[in-house]
Amino acid sequence: MVKEIKSRKKLGDIIFENITLIFAFIIVGLVFYIAYEMFIDSSESRDRFGFGFIFSSDWNPVKEEFGALPFVFGTIVSSMLALLISLPISIGVAIFLSEIVHKSVRTPISFLIEILAAIPSIIYGFWGIFVFAPFMRNTVQPMLQSTFGFLPFFKGSMYGTGLLTASIILAIMITPIISAITRDVLKAIPVSQRDAAYALGATKWEAIKMALLNARSGILGGAVLGLGRAIGETMAVTMVIGNKAQIKASLFEPAYSMASVIANEFAEASGSLHISSLIEVGLILFGVTFIINSMARLLIYSVTRKA
Amino acid sequence: MLKLIFSIILSIALISCGEKKDVSVNKPGGQINGAGASFPYPIYSKWFNEYAKINKDAKINYQSIGSGGGIKQITEGTVDFGATDSPMSNEEIEKANTKNNNSIIHIPTVIGSVVMTYNVPGIDKNINLSPEAITGIYLGTIKKWNDPLITKENPGTVFPDKEIIVCYRTDGSGTTYVFTDYMGKVSEEWKTKVGVAKDVRFPVGQGGKGNEGVTGLVKQLEFSIGYVELIYALQNKLKYANIKNQEGQYIAPNLESLTKAAEQSLTEMPADMRQSITNAKGKDSYPISSYTYLLIFEKQKDAFKGKTLKEFMIWALGEGEKFAKDLGYAPLPPEVIGKALEKVNKISF
Amino acid sequence: MTAESIQKIPKNLRRRKITNSVMISLCVVAGIITILPLIYIFFYTTQSGLSALNADFFTQLPKPVGEVGGGMANAIVGSIILIGIGGLMGIPVGILAGIYISEYSKNIFATIVKFTTDVLSGVPSIVVGIFAYGVIVIPMQRFSALAGGFALGILMIPTVTKITEEMLRLVPQSLREASLALGVSRWKTTLRIVLKTASAGIITGVLLAIARAAGETAPLLFTAFGNSFWQTNIDGPMAALPLQIFVYAISPYDDWHRQAWAGAFVLIFLVFIVNLIVRFVTRNKYSGNL
Repeated sequence: MVKEIKSRKKLGDIIFENITLIFAFIIVGLVFYIAYEMFIDSSESRDRFGFGFIFSSDWNPVKEEFGALPFVFGTIVSSMLALLISLPISIGVAIFLSEIVHKSVRTPISFLIEILAAIPSIIYGFWGIFVFAPFMRNTVQPMLQSTFGFLPFFKGSMYGTGLLTASIILAIMITPIISAITRDVLKAIPVSQRDAAYALGATKWEAIKMALLNARSGILGGAVLGLGRAIGETMAVTMVIGNKAQIKASLFEPAYSMASVIANEFAEASGSLHISSLIEVGLILFGVTFIINSMARLLIYSVTRKA
Repeated sequence: MLKLIFSIILSIALISCGEKKDVSVNKPGGQINGAGASFPYPIYSKWFNEYAKINKDAKINYQSIGSGGGIKQITEGTVDFGATDSPMSNEEIEKANTKNNNSIIHIPTVIGSVVMTYNVPGIDKNINLSPEAITGIYLGTIKKWNDPLITKENPGTVFPDKEIIVCYRTDGSGTTYVFTDYMGKVSEEWKTKVGVAKDVRFPVGQGGKGNEGVTGLVKQLEFSIGYVELIYALQNKLKYANIKNQEGQYIAPNLESLTKAAEQSLTEMPADMRQSITNAKGKDSYPISSYTYLLIFEKQKDAFKGKTLKEFMIWALGEGEKFAKDLGYAPLPPEVIGKALEKVNKISF
Repeated sequence: MTAESIQKIPKNLRRRKITNSVMISLCVVAGIITILPLIYIFFYTTQSGLSALNADFFTQLPKPVGEVGGGMANAIVGSIILIGIGGLMGIPVGILAGIYISEYSKNIFATIVKFTTDVLSGVPSIVVGIFAYGVIVIPMQRFSALAGGFALGILMIPTVTKITEEMLRLVPQSLREASLALGVSRWKTTLRIVLKTASAGIITGVLLAIARAAGETAPLLFTAFGNSFWQTNIDGPMAALPLQIFVYAISPYDDWHRQAWAGAFVLIFLVFIVNLIVRFVTRNKYSGNL
C-alpha cells in the first residue's frame, strides 16, 4: 500500500510539472514563432535587396525601391538622444529618491514616477501634438536657434514636430524605467560600504559617487533597457516625428522611425514587395531590440546577483 | 480552478480553429465591413448612418485608411467592399480578380475635389494659384509665400516673407493620386521627377496621415499649405485656392465647377468607368476634380451582404446623391448614374 | 604633516563641500524635472478630459464625420472585449509559466524561459501586431477582435509571468517544506498553499497586465481595425478606446479632439487606479519596484 501511495503522488507531480512546462514552453515557442514568421514573410525583400536594404535611403513605393536607412537613422538618433537626455536625469532622480528625500515622501513620489511609466504611448503622442509641439515651436526651438543657431543641429524651419521633439518625449517615457533600475541596483550595494565611506570623512556626494561606480554595470544595464524601450516606441513617436523619410543634420527636421513607418504604411501597403519590405523593417526592429534587451538583462543580472 | 482555466483555453482554441475553416459562412444580420479612401469619408459616413435608419439590418462599418488600404484589403478579401479615388490599375485588377476568382467592379459615387488649403495669418480670402505656382511649391523651387509666381496672380494681396511649410500624405492615398495626376498633366518636370501615384516621394514637406492628418497639420502650422478634399477645408474653416484651369480661368471648387469638369469628359468615359477628370477642358471646369469609387466584387458569396450592398448602392445613387451638395461634393451627372446602376445590377448573390 | 599641507585641507574641503551641494541640488532638480511633466500631463488631461466627459461619452456611438456630439461607448465595450480575449489567452500562460520558473527553477529550461520572457517583454508592440496579422487576420480573411485580442494576450504574458514568479519566490521556503513534510504532494503544495499565499500579489500582476493592454494602440491598427457600430461579435472588426483616441487626435475636428481628451482621461484614470491598488496590496510584501 505504501508503494501505491508513493507512485500516485509521483504521477500527480509529474503531470503538474509537465503542464507548467508546456505553458512555459509556449512563451519560448512564441518568441521563436514570431522571429520565424517575420523572417519568412520578409523573404521577398531580403532576396531582392540583400544587406543593401539597411544602407539604401531610397524608400519609393512607386518605383518599388525600398531602402531602410532613413528609418534606421531616425530610430537610432531619436533613441540615443533620448538616452543622452534621460540618463543623467534618471540617475539624479534615483539618487534624489533613495538618498535625499525623507522616507515618508519617498513612496508617493516613486508612485508618481511609476505612473509616468504606465501612461500609454498614445496619450504621450496626443499630448505631444497638442501641447508639447506648439511649446517646442513657439518657445524652445526659437530659443535654441537664437543661441546655438550656428550648429547644424538647430538650423532650418521650426515646425514643432520633428526629431528633437520625438527624442524629448521618448526621454520622458524612458526615465522611469532607468531610474527604477538604478534605484534597485543602488539598493544592492551593501550599506556597510557607504558607512565606511562616511567614516573616512566623505561628503554625501562622494559616498553616492562611490556607490554609483560600484553599481555602474547595473546602471548601464538600466540605460540599455531604456534604450530598448525607446527603439520600440511606436505611437508617441509616430504622432510627433514628422513622418518624412530623410536624413538631415538638423534636429528640427521631420524624420521617420522604423516603428512609425510600419504603423503608417502597413495597412495600406499594396504590392507584395512593399509589404515584405515593411516586415523586413519589423524584423530588423525585432533583432535590434532582442540584442539590446539581452545585453541589458545580463548587465543588470550581474550586479543584482552579487547582493 | 486549474480545470476551469484548462477548459476555457481549450474551448477558445477549438472556436478559433473552427473559425479558420469557416471563412465563407457569415451570419445573417451581420456587419458589413469596408475600408478605403478618406476623400469621401465624410459623405460615406453620412450615407451609412442615414441608410441604417431606413434598413435597420444594414450595419455598414467603414474605416478610413486611404485608397491604397482600400484596394489592398479588398484584394486580400479582408473587407466586403473597398473605396478609392484612384481607379485600380490593370495589374491591381488582375491581381484582385485572380486571387478571389471573381470580377471587381468600380462604381463611382460622387465627384469630389482636391483643394489647395493653406494657413497664412493675415490672408483672409481665397487666393489664386496657377499650376506653375503649385508645382513650384511642391517641387521646392518656390520657397516663400511672397514669391513672384504667387504674388503676380494676386494683385492687391500682401504676402508675408515667410517660408512655405508644405504638407502631404504619408499613406497610400487616392487624394495623392488625383493631385499628382493633375501635376503630371501640367508639369513635365513633375511627371519625370516625382511621378503619378498614390504614394510618391515628395521632395519637400511634412507628412500627415489621411485627409484628416493633412488638414490637422495645416490647421496647426502657420504658413503651411496642403492638398485635401474640399469638405475637410470647409469643415475646419480653412481657406483654399482658386486654381487656373486649361482655359486660363481661375476657378473655385464648387458644385458647378466640379460638375462641369465631369460633363466635359463624359464622351471619353470608358466602359469600366475608370476615368481621370483632372485638368478637364472647358472654361468653367475646376482642374483638380475626381470621381471616387466603391470597389465591389461581382459575385457576392454571402447572400445577405450581397443583397444589402446592392440595395444600399441603389439608394446611394438615388436618394444618397442629395446629401452630396451639403458636404461639398457634386452628385454624379445623370448619364453617369445610369451607367453606374447598370454596374450595380451586375452584382449577383 | 607640514604647515603647507595643513593649509590645503580647508581649501580642499571647501571645494568638496561645494561639489557636494551642487551635485545634490542637481539631483533635486532632476527629481523635479521628472515629476513636473507627469503632473502637467495628468492635470492637463484631467482638465481637458473631465470637461468633455458626459453621459453621452459612455453611452453614445460616434457620429458621422464632422457632426458634433456622439460618444465612444462602442470603443469602451470593444476594449473590454479585447482585453477579455487577451486575458483569457495570456493570463493562464503567464501564471503557469511563472509557477514553472519559480518552482522548478533548478532546471536549466527555467532559466531559458525566464530569459525568453524578458525578450518577449522587449518586443515592440507593433511587431506583435504584424505577427498577429500574419497568423490570424490573413488565414481568417478578415480583421477581428480575435486577432486583436491575440496580440494583446501576447503583450500581457511577460508582465503576468514575471510578477507571478516574483510573488511565488517571496513565499517562504519553510511553508513549502512544512507542507511537504506533512505528506502533501508537490503539486498540491504549489497550488493550494504556495499559490494561495501569493495570490494577492499575482492578482496585481494581472491588473498591471490589463492596464498595459488597455492602452496599447499599435498592435490593434491592423488586427482589430476599428468599428463605428455596436459590435460584440469577436469574429469581426472591433472598436477600441486607444484606437479611437488615435483616429480622433490626428483628425482636424475640434469636437473629436474634445472627445479624444475624454478618452485619454479615462485611460489615465484607469492606469492610476490600477497602480494604486497594486501599491496598496504589495505595501508590506515587496520593498522593491515591480
